[in-house]
Amino acid sequence: MPTFGNAQLKLLEKLCNASAVSGNEGEVRKIVLEELKGRTGDVRVDALGNVLVTCTGSGKKRLKVMVSAHMDEVGFMLVADDGEGFFRFETVGGMDVRQLPGKAVLIGKEHLPGVIGARPIHLTTAEERKKTIPLDALRIDFGPGDGKLKPGDRAVFATRYQRNGPVIIAKALDDRLGVVTLLELVKNAPPNIDLLAAFTVQEEIGLRGAKVAAYAFGPDLAVVVDATPANDLPSWDDEENTSFNTKLGLGPAIYIADGDTLYDPRLVRHFGKSAQSAGIPCQFRQPGGGGTDAGAIHKARAGVPSVSVSVPHRYSHTAASIARLDDWKNTYALLLASLKHLTPELLASDRA
Amino acid sequence: MKKLIQKLTETFSPSGFEAGIREVIRKEIKPFANEVRVDALGNLIARKGSKSKSGLRIMLAGHMDEIGLMATHIDANGFIRFTGLGGIRLTYLAGGRVRFMDGTPGIIGTDRLTDLTKAPSLDQCFIDVGASSLKDCPVKVGDVCAFDRPFVDLGNRMVAKSMDDRIGCAVMIEAMRLLKTSPHELYFVFTTQEEVGLRGATTSSFGVDPDLGLSLDVTATGDTPKGSRMEVALGNGPAVKVKDGGMLADPRIVSWMIRTAEKAKIPFQREVLEGGTTDARAIQVARSGVPAGCLSVPTRYVHSPSEMVDTADVQNSIKLLVKLLGAPVVL
Amino acid sequence: MTDLTPFLKELLTAPGLSGYEDPAAEIISAKWKPLVHEISRGNLGSLHGLRRGTGTSPRPSMMVATHMDAIGLMVTGIADGFLRLTQVGGVDSRVLPGTLVTVYATGAGRVQPIPGIVVLPNSRLLPPEIGLNPVPLEYLFLDTGLPSRKVEGLVQVGDLVSFAQPPLELSGGTIAGHTLDNRASVAALTVCLEELQSRPHVWDVWAVATSQEEIGTIGATGSTYELHPAFVIALDVTFAKGPGASDWQTSPLGKGPTLCMGPNIHPALYKAMKELADRLEIPYGLEFVPRHTGTDGYSTQVVAAGVPTLVMGIPLRYMHTPVEMVAVKDIQRAGRLMAEFIAGLTPDFMEKIVWDD
Repeated sequence: MPTFGNAQLKLLEKLCNASAVSGNEGEVRKIVLEELKGRTGDVRVDALGNVLVTCTGSGKKRLKVMVSAHMDEVGFMLVADDGEGFFRFETVGGMDVRQLPGKAVLIGKEHLPGVIGARPIHLTTAEERKKTIPLDALRIDFGPGDGKLKPGDRAVFATRYQRNGPVIIAKALDDRLGVVTLLELVKNAPPNIDLLAAFTVQEEIGLRGAKVAAYAFGPDLAVVVDATPANDLPSWDDEENTSFNTKLGLGPAIYIADGDTLYDPRLVRHFGKSAQSAGIPCQFRQPGGGGTDAGAIHKARAGVPSVSVSVPHRYSHTAASIARLDDWKNTYALLLASLKHLTPELLASDRA
Repeated sequence: MKKLIQKLTETFSPSGFEAGIREVIRKEIKPFANEVRVDALGNLIARKGSKSKSGLRIMLAGHMDEIGLMATHIDANGFIRFTGLGGIRLTYLAGGRVRFMDGTPGIIGTDRLTDLTKAPSLDQCFIDVGASSLKDCPVKVGDVCAFDRPFVDLGNRMVAKSMDDRIGCAVMIEAMRLLKTSPHELYFVFTTQEEVGLRGATTSSFGVDPDLGLSLDVTATGDTPKGSRMEVALGNGPAVKVKDGGMLADPRIVSWMIRTAEKAKIPFQREVLEGGTTDARAIQVARSGVPAGCLSVPTRYVHSPSEMVDTADVQNSIKLLVKLLGAPVVL
Repeated sequence: MTDLTPFLKELLTAPGLSGYEDPAAEIISAKWKPLVHEISRGNLGSLHGLRRGTGTSPRPSMMVATHMDAIGLMVTGIADGFLRLTQVGGVDSRVLPGTLVTVYATGAGRVQPIPGIVVLPNSRLLPPEIGLNPVPLEYLFLDTGLPSRKVEGLVQVGDLVSFAQPPLELSGGTIAGHTLDNRASVAALTVCLEELQSRPHVWDVWAVATSQEEIGTIGATGSTYELHPAFVIALDVTFAKGPGASDWQTSPLGKGPTLCMGPNIHPALYKAMKELADRLEIPYGLEFVPRHTGTDGYSTQVVAAGVPTLVMGIPLRYMHTPVEMVAVKDIQRAGRLMAEFIAGLTPDFMEKIVWDD
């Protein structure tokens, strides 16, 4: 079975270090298209910027299986020029404002560095330090040079990818882990299905790319590959942590229910069984809020049976997130194992 | 050893009024010291041995003062208002007993409290010595008292008021007794006024001018229910201080202490204390600076009238101090 | 110095937290060795470089104090492989979530740098009353991502943690990164020493990179006592104007170093430096400090029988965050001004340092 090695890690590094704030995914799209160059299948870019790839299989009675991963990441947009290199900015995608002070960012196509500072602790009062610094008090400081930047430019956290043995530390692991996984699936598409790969845009601001991609593909079923939070830290009072969502090290997380989607039980069972028979560790994500591109896909056209398989990772939507290499490898292995055994019979009976 | 600890902890000597404890300790150490003197701030300074070729001048500091209270006003009915000497914990005051330097006992009462869920402030507390008028009150403004609570031996554990830092004094006294030879010129300094700002250690470290300094003091623990976050626990051995609220121990001293403990197979724990500091801080900044560290005895309920230590921890602290002082120091 | 930036960046890569300055001292020592006649370490770890003057012995000596220690964090405990932290020096815990750090792990018998992140646990894992308010340091964790048994074998209580934000060159000749407080001043002192290579000076100069400033100006106290200079110039960073910092305590970035005046500074030294800057047309700002300058100068002034002290500042934005920011030309100007001052010292200079009442 093909697995991940240096080539995939290199690609992940390149993709994590690229800037692709929702609505401005060009940099990642370019890398994706380069990777797809010379591959079999029909590759196109749609009206919103989604990259849609059709890999036609060779078996009989093939299911049309849409597999999606989103290219965009959370980030910032400069919205007003205060002069002297200071810019007001807004967040794009869900971000906790407490994660912003003291971080470096990279702005625009040229990745020009800037910083989000904070008032020196020496000038603050104890009372002030108990209050969160609101977004409108923060600025991106580019330095007092001549204006290369303008409102409308996008910025991302400046964190550069690094690996320490089994650990990957990077920004935008959500969902570059999925993007690399999907690229590998395209390169190793199982012949029993028509693989419809969607590298989607604007997931972080409302699953907007997936919505139109699903309409365009009109698939029989959909699999979403994302990165899902692992809140597996100790609780402040040392009580058992009962709401961890997922845990690092337990393998890919299969979704049963989230804020947008009740996943198709037939697919959930199939993926769980596939993991079991292939000896791949996996976990079921705790049902709860949040969502993936499936939220849009499963309601496309007359409805699409959907499932999500995600790589657990910590500290989503912050300057630096953490994932483990094995969880990612096992996610890919589980996808391959499950897709290989997808047959129309699976969907022949009604959904529970 | 327990007899000594009982004697030390049952002596009343708040900061600035250490005469009582000084005499008790002086008697204990006299046979083991080459020279004993008292400096201008009342520090008891005992020299043991002299510097050999491979030796250093080492200052050991354990403070002999304890937290206490000082009378600020006696009212017409003989009730005593007071202020604190050192870090008084308000939660431990009401209902407690105190003893003044002349032996007068008293109890701490409070004004009528409207909110019983909050500790009374210092202003809401007074001492009642049984007097009924200003005239028959034996206590005068400026008189000091300390908390009155007998020593209790629980076998593996010992409880007393002023374990902070009579336990450090006890460790030093026992080490003086047990230490047969040393290449060093050792100054065992029983310091004064630690609880009000390391004042005794400030002057004695200037006076002694050591090459290396070590304080012997208590440290807090994190081993009680819903207690503060701290890795130190009673019974896990003496604590080697890495950091406290006022000092970063010299890393060379830290590794010397750990090396020595490991070699002698004495259990120890690494200590990072979030608040508070010890005499070692004063030694560290004396003159042109002195490499300094601290050997701590883990203690529960510090600054309460019932401070608890582990008997084995105390024995191991003595053992470690003897090992540290008995051989040349390689930093 | 032709280009200051590479040396400054090198300085920023060294951890050198308060009390553990060796990694910084090594870099500075290598740079200073050709620029001074003697170099040694003080009892508390300060680096003492002596540049002898041309005057006849016994020569008067002065000292420039620039602290080299960095703020950071320290491990206080391990819970399921996550590290609990306390601060070394003043850190506003509001800038910590999401900060990249390096743990200098000592548990395996040698120092092993491990990358990690200071992290904010999900709100369900925090006291409910915190809500969207800042999370105190006691509830933040450091996550290395490594499995818990691995962490327990590598890390121990007391291990140091430093910020890992790499230095960034921003526009307008500015540089951003952690520990520019106060390695920027160390760089300025280095500029001064380089200038003095071609400028004869009568006085002995003690170039001192002090230790433990951030936890109470400790190293400078010992160095001043040991070296007993006739006067001290303490050079440290000061608050630059920027978002969240615009009041009277702040100075513009890139408009020159600052001269402090107030009880912490000998007025005659202040006057002498100010007149020199005016004469040389080196731009500078004035800082009025009514009490504590918060620099090594606060300590050096009261060492032993007292030492006349001057305090200068290099404006810096976002002090004590991982993205502090300075203008490189301010560093150069501070170094040059100091060199000019030293070169101009006459043997009888101290006779002018009197109270002009």
